[in-house]
Amino acid sequence: MKSIVLETKELTKFYKHIKVVDSINLKMEEGDIFGFLGPNGAGKTTTILMILGLTEPTSGNVEVFNFNSTREPLNVKKITSYLPENVGFYEDLTAQENLKYITRLNNIQDKKANIKIKEALEIVGILKVGNIEVKKFSHGMKQRLGIASVLIKEPKLAILDEPTSGIDPKGVEEILELIVKMNKEKNITVLISSHLLYQVQKICNKIGIISQGKLVAQGSIEKISQELIKEKKENTIEVNVSDKLSSSFIESVKKMEGVVKIKKKLSDYSLEEIYKNYFREG
Amino acid sequence: MSGLKVVFWKELADNLGSRKFLILFIIICLTAISIVYTLSQNIGEYVDELSTDYMFLNLFSSSAGNLPSFIFFVSFFGPIIGIVFGFDAINGERSQGTISTVLSQPIYRDTFINGKFLAGLSTIALMLISIIMIILGLQLRIFGIISSLEELLRMIIFFIASVVYIGFWMSMAILFSIIFRQTTTSILLSLMIWIFFAFFILMISSVIANQIAPIDPQNYTLEMLIKNDSIKSLIEHVSPVVLIQEISTVILNPLVRTFDISSLIQANSLIPSPLPLSLSLLVIWPQFIGLTALMVICFATSYIIFMRQEIRST
Repeated sequence: MKSIVLETKELTKFYKHIKVVDSINLKMEEGDIFGFLGPNGAGKTTTILMILGLTEPTSGNVEVFNFNSTREPLNVKKITSYLPENVGFYEDLTAQENLKYITRLNNIQDKKANIKIKEALEIVGILKVGNIEVKKFSHGMKQRLGIASVLIKEPKLAILDEPTSGIDPKGVEEILELIVKMNKEKNITVLISSHLLYQVQKICNKIGIISQGKLVAQGSIEKISQELIKEKKENTIEVNVSDKLSSSFIESVKKMEGVVKIKKKLSDYSLEEIYKNYFREG
Repeated sequence: MSGLKVVFWKELADNLGSRKFLILFIIICLTAISIVYTLSQNIGEYVDELSTDYMFLNLFSSSAGNLPSFIFFVSFFGPIIGIVFGFDAINGERSQGTISTVLSQPIYRDTFINGKFLAGLSTIALMLISIIMIILGLQLRIFGIISSLEELLRMIIFFIASVVYIGFWMSMAILFSIIFRQTTTSILLSLMIWIFFAFFILMISSVIANQIAPIDPQNYTLEMLIKNDSIKSLIEHVSPVVLIQEISTVILNPLVRTFDISSLIQANSLIPSPLPLSLSLLVIWPQFIGLTALMVICFATSYIIFMRQEIRST
């Protein structure tokens, strides 16, 4: 039995009279990469803020490693790293100075901190620009620095809010790789919130889908899709075929028992695959 | 506590290294030096009523020709210094997105705002101390005499009062930076309140006083005058600008005994002689308490609002 990292019970938040988060019951176990998915404005960020104790829930509670986020936020923040959406750094300070400030706030001694800063910058691949002021960084570099700031704390739980938004496909892949690495090598449980489903599904072992403040599904992707199949009584199978296939084959498959729908894809390659093919070197 | 130290030193370094500090510091230094220099050139011309026992203090409190006095300078430009160091304290961090990064670290939320407030106060104190030191040095150079202990004490009290005064404007600006998401809103509102307290309150107070207790110009009595004046001064004393002007006048000019019109009439029959420090302090004690209270109220309000606010970058 894996230990429980995060558990929310009937978590609810009102803004004035609008229910933004509606009785959410999340559960994460140690070693999970949990995809917290939902469209913009579904209540993802608000839920995360409540997990970190940065805003108070209207009702319900959150426990991170058995610490209550509202009453013991300091204990929660000691073992949790947070990468906010559009992470910000002090523009006039260099990447290293920004990380140094974070280590000082975490009470890490300077000597130890310097080694950790180098290590973290190395992992995310921006060690070379560590002495450059953050105002000269691109969005992608800032995001990498954000991940370095998550790593530097050596947390048990990392909460990443939209870590891939505004990043080019190649960068997305590298960031996702970093997240998997962080999860496997440092044994950090990860919560990723995102509205870009297909990106996140590659690395998550569990997902939770939130819509209009309500958690509509939770569990492993297989489990949720099984449920969906049962509900719809339909399943989708993708078959890759050679370019010489005759159209009569498609007709014959259509007539077979149990086939509901057959569709030929208009383009053979998705834009993402094309992009990756051409910019592999970039 | 360690978190407070970290935030404090970082903010202090930010303040001292910022361009706004450099610009303000240069302007203030130049003005202060020019005031002292002009005064010292024509000291006999402008200062006649003050006893020569308080030569040092003269330079702070008297004005020379077109140039205002140093007291006026502090009361007038102090607010700008305070506002500049406070107006983007919180909403600047919000728009930069750093507030979430910092507050997701294991520090209490009040550590952040306390650290900022203390760093701002220290910056102001450093600024004032260096200016006062420059003036003292210049005087030493020009007159070649050392100030007496009482003069020194008076200057220290003036310094503390000025820090509290500028601290009030800073905490007010911090309050607005917490309430409003836009830095432009917080700076504009701060400046508006400064203009109100510095200029408009003087007009409004006399208008209201004349309405409530009108003075008949043909046939006025002493009671009429006193009533009118007490209403006027009651309203004016809400303004920190008036408070600091009275504090610094009394502290830096030992001849001033009172601002109350009825006691002024009585004091007319007295031989003008300087007040000892303890009595000067007694005269301005209420003003001093009022000024401190204003600062504390502003800071406490911002503290309470910030503690209950949601930490989200905009």
